[in-house]
Amino acid sequence: MANADVIVIQGSNMAEAHPVGFQWVMEAKRRGAKVFHIDPRFTRTSAVADAYLPIRAGTDIALLGAVVNYILSNELDFREYVLAYTNAATIVSDDFVDAEDADGIFSGFDPATASYVQDSWQYAGHERDSGSGLTAGERETAAGLRHESHGAPVAHQVRRDETLQHPRCVYQILKRHFARYTPEMVERVCGVPREKFLELARAWTQNSGRERTGCLIYSVGWTQHTVGVQYIRTGAIIQLLLGNMGRPGGGVLALRGHASIQGSTDIPTLFNLLPGYLPMPHHARHPDFDAWVDSIRHPGQKGFWGDARAYAASLLKAYWGDAATEENDFCYGHLPRLTGDHGTYQQVLNMIDGKVKGYFLLGQNPAVGSAHGRAQRLGMANLDWLVVRDLFMIESATFWQRGPEVATGEIVPQECATEVFFLPAASHVEKEGTFTQTQRLLQWREKAVDPPGDARSELWFFYHLGRRLRQKLAGSTLPRDRALLDLTWDYPTHGRHDEPDAEAVLREINGYDTTTGRPLSAFTEARDDGTTAVGCWIYTGVYADGVNQAARRRPGHEQDWVAAEWGWAWPANRRLLYNRASADPQGRPWSERKRYVWWDADLGRWTGHDVPDFELTKPPSYRPPEGATGPAALAGDDPFVMQADGKGWLYAPSGVLDGPLPTHYEPAESPVRNPLYGQQANPTRKMYDHPVNSTNPSPPQQHDQVFPYVFTVSRLTEHHTAGGMSRTVAPLAELQPEMFVEVSPELAELVGLTHLGWAHLISARAAIEARVLVTDRLVPLSVDGRVIHQVWLPYHFGFEGLVTGDSANDLFGITLDPNVLIQESKIGTCDVRPGRRPTGVALGELVQDYRTRAGIVPGVLPPAVTPGVPVEPSGSTGDAEGNR
Amino acid sequence: MGLRDRLLGWPVYRQLTGTDPLGRGAAARSPRSAALTPRTEDADRVARSVCPYCAVGCGQRVFVTDGQVTQIEGDPDSPISRGRLCPKGTASRSLITSPLRQTTVRYRRPYGTEWEDLDLDTALDMIADRVLAAREQTWEDVDAEGRPLNRTLGIASLGGATLDNEENYLIKKLFTAMGALQIENQARI
Ligand code: SF4
Repeated sequence: MANADVIVIQGSNMAEAHPVGFQWVMEAKRRGAKVFHIDPRFTRTSAVADAYLPIRAGTDIALLGAVVNYILSNELDFREYVLAYTNAATIVSDDFVDAEDADGIFSGFDPATASYVQDSWQYAGHERDSGSGLTAGERETAAGLRHESHGAPVAHQVRRDETLQHPRCVYQILKRHFARYTPEMVERVCGVPREKFLELARAWTQNSGRERTGCLIYSVGWTQHTVGVQYIRTGAIIQLLLGNMGRPGGGVLALRGHASIQGSTDIPTLFNLLPGYLPMPHHARHPDFDAWVDSIRHPGQKGFWGDARAYAASLLKAYWGDAATEENDFCYGHLPRLTGDHGTYQQVLNMIDGKVKGYFLLGQNPAVGSAHGRAQRLGMANLDWLVVRDLFMIESATFWQRGPEVATGEIVPQECATEVFFLPAASHVEKEGTFTQTQRLLQWREKAVDPPGDARSELWFFYHLGRRLRQKLAGSTLPRDRALLDLTWDYPTHGRHDEPDAEAVLREINGYDTTTGRPLSAFTEARDDGTTAVGCWIYTGVYADGVNQAARRRPGHEQDWVAAEWGWAWPANRRLLYNRASADPQGRPWSERKRYVWWDADLGRWTGHDVPDFELTKPPSYRPPEGATGPAALAGDDPFVMQADGKGWLYAPSGVLDGPLPTHYEPAESPVRNPLYGQQANPTRKMYDHPVNSTNPSPPQQHDQVFPYVFTVSRLTEHHTAGGMSRTVAPLAELQPEMFVEVSPELAELVGLTHLGWAHLISARAAIEARVLVTDRLVPLSVDGRVIHQVWLPYHFGFEGLVTGDSANDLFGITLDPNVLIQESKIGTCDVRPGRRPTGVALGELVQDYRTRAGIVPGVLPPAVTPGVPVEPSGSTGDAEGNR
Repeated sequence: MGLRDRLLGWPVYRQLTGTDPLGRGAAARSPRSAALTPRTEDADRVARSVCPYCAVGCGQRVFVTDGQVTQIEGDPDSPISRGRLCPKGTASRSLITSPLRQTTVRYRRPYGTEWEDLDLDTALDMIADRVLAAREQTWEDVDAEGRPLNRTLGIASLGGATLDNEENYLIKKLFTAMGALQIENQARI
């Protein structure tokens, strides 16, 4: 990042939310980089940026799309890079109809399921290859998440037009798609003055190319939207067009919010994934091992996913050891099967409906941290039992005693049957293990002291829980108990508490040869014949040579700037992904200034500052033989080695469920009618028609003015997510003692708020109160001739801890991105009123009054397709299922 | 003590005449402060750790004396953080030693109005029994067409983003073998 010549920060308040990481932005600035910050609120990130662009929340695609348009209409793309390394030249099917030509909906839309059949999005000549059918089923299982480490399938024998003039080549389609995304449109949609926009577009393009690179930084300000994945895609399109991917000082950087949130995606505690982004099997799509593996590797495809059979077999071997054999498909039958959406929000609604018996909370506090806090708490109040493992008594452990619903009479302790076990957890210095930080770097922590009292690590809890379950089931002949009894579960323990050995677990994650026990050095050593066991194939190498590579601590000042001997990064200790793109098609650095990885013809191998993200001895001139598949099918100038065609995708023929190109939709709740299309919001967004859930009306629906203001939430430097690790800590609680809401002087005047007085905010879900901070950090935006007021809230507060306050997340309803099932919790609509909120029964009555005035009927969803937008049934059938 | 000594003992004089006009170094020293030693100097042990809050992954040095954490500082060796910590990272010793921290098992029985004490071993056993009972009550062998399901939707779990990879690995492995697939964490949120 310090090597960037321009840095664009959008959807992130990096200076306050990732302060120490921000030193690298300042370092780049000192070296001459221009820094831009685009955000609804002026923050400390804006204060040190060269330019700040205030934006209406939820309109980032309109702004970024205009950057794409600026690049294409002025032909400012890095043409050599774009031609060689992206799919710009590829010809798309005749059948494809752009959303531009159909009022905001792409071809292939099925109104019955509000999902797409992707046949018409395919490359020309491959219309029948999408294999997608209706994608409603993929939405249920958040199948898009699988593409975190690889692209979706596509045929690699494609028609290309190297002149980029063909009307149906990706380049021309992209150009037409964004043609209306002009500086004037940015002003109308986003409220960003056109001069400010042009300053950004100029700086971004002037600081990209052969000699210069630009870096794009985002955070959950982008992901927590109903079009979150498409926000990131738009950023990626810009970075590909400008040649900023796979090069030093370039890239699209996601700043993640938790110490090991990257690790918990790689080794997922997520319903739809197994370690290393292997999908959890689906009852209909993956009837047997071969069908499951083929759905991952797509026989005949290029790229490293071609070896998925070895990764899959090795995982099952790590789980079920000797019981897993080639003859029994490595116990594939032991795996549980998905039938649809089993995500956290579906779970909570099922809790309210009495379908879930028991719930484990492991260092997470949904009563405060998840959208629609009331639904979370009502769900937990309707369990048989709840296990809370945490450092502190968090709101999710005490909702039955002290929650807001106890005050309103909705939860009565004497009538609440939930049995609660609170088990104290060990802190980060009281156990050893690895965190994976935001750039995929694993760092081993040494244990400093023993945990106090009954506090134990999760490693201890789950190891001993597993041991006990297996003891209790010993001798069982029930088929369902086989998976538990066959499990390899014999980790060495030490110390007076019999703490399992974390290094032994890391060694299993790394993988080993099942006959010799030798730890593997690289995932290319994984086999599909049962001779290797690998817990998470992308982590193979972290225990290479039997050495804990994540524990390496060679001081930064003793190394070059890549610092390859500090910790270990997946895959293969590579610090910059797709770094083959840092060299030109012939393998030479694009420029001396941006030299990173290159082909050394004398040595006959790739070399450079980092581990090359390419087969080491494959020359740039290599062309695959006819019929080649897997890695061998990648040409010497195909840098995107996990993609099925080795190219960076400007246009996504599959893999993204809500369109091959990003399109501006308004958020699920917005006071503004979509200025670009008849279609108001993402037509494929995931909605839940549960009585506890609701959506505030947006135009063209009636009563949208009942909730006239936009609210957005984010972090303070001094607090951490739901506050369980900060409102409980004296120095942090003292620094930020109270819940507050930031409002502009104009809105304060309009509504009658006074600085340091009280205000309350009302949505269809809740009413919360906060102290008022009147500040010009927020400015009213002029949007399409109207003034739009936005307010900002921190989301850290709850009713436990040293400092307390109402929870901002209580205001949100539940509507999700269709690709990854992440909720839209960066924007909603509300009313703002002076004074404190009512309490007790009156509080519920106030919210009910708003619901009535807004015409909201619990459980009745707004239409997915905006009335008046023409859609034709696609006629295809697929495996649509589940509710939406 | 002569006049000169007394004058020199007066910090304002030193500040005005010495090399420390801002009074942040030598001028502010007293016999008491000169005798102070940093808590880190007499530590028995230093553990190399990583900040538990955000995903920047700043390096920490954890100083331990007599089995107690006495100080947590930024690790200057880390090429990521170069010795720096933000307010949260700096407060992590207070996180560990906070008087609000729970160190014993607490139990709330159904319809109870207060917490009760419970032995850790008993709690673990009760939880194991409840897991097995929930599986039994909600187990699904096959779907309507006889295709395998091998699962329970009666158990759910949330959490993992603040846990170690090794912990997430065991959680996923055990829950998968239990047939409990409703596992989620902050990455979805
Ligand atoms: S010290 Fe601050 S910036 Fe560094 S990891 Fe901790 S929370 Fe993040």
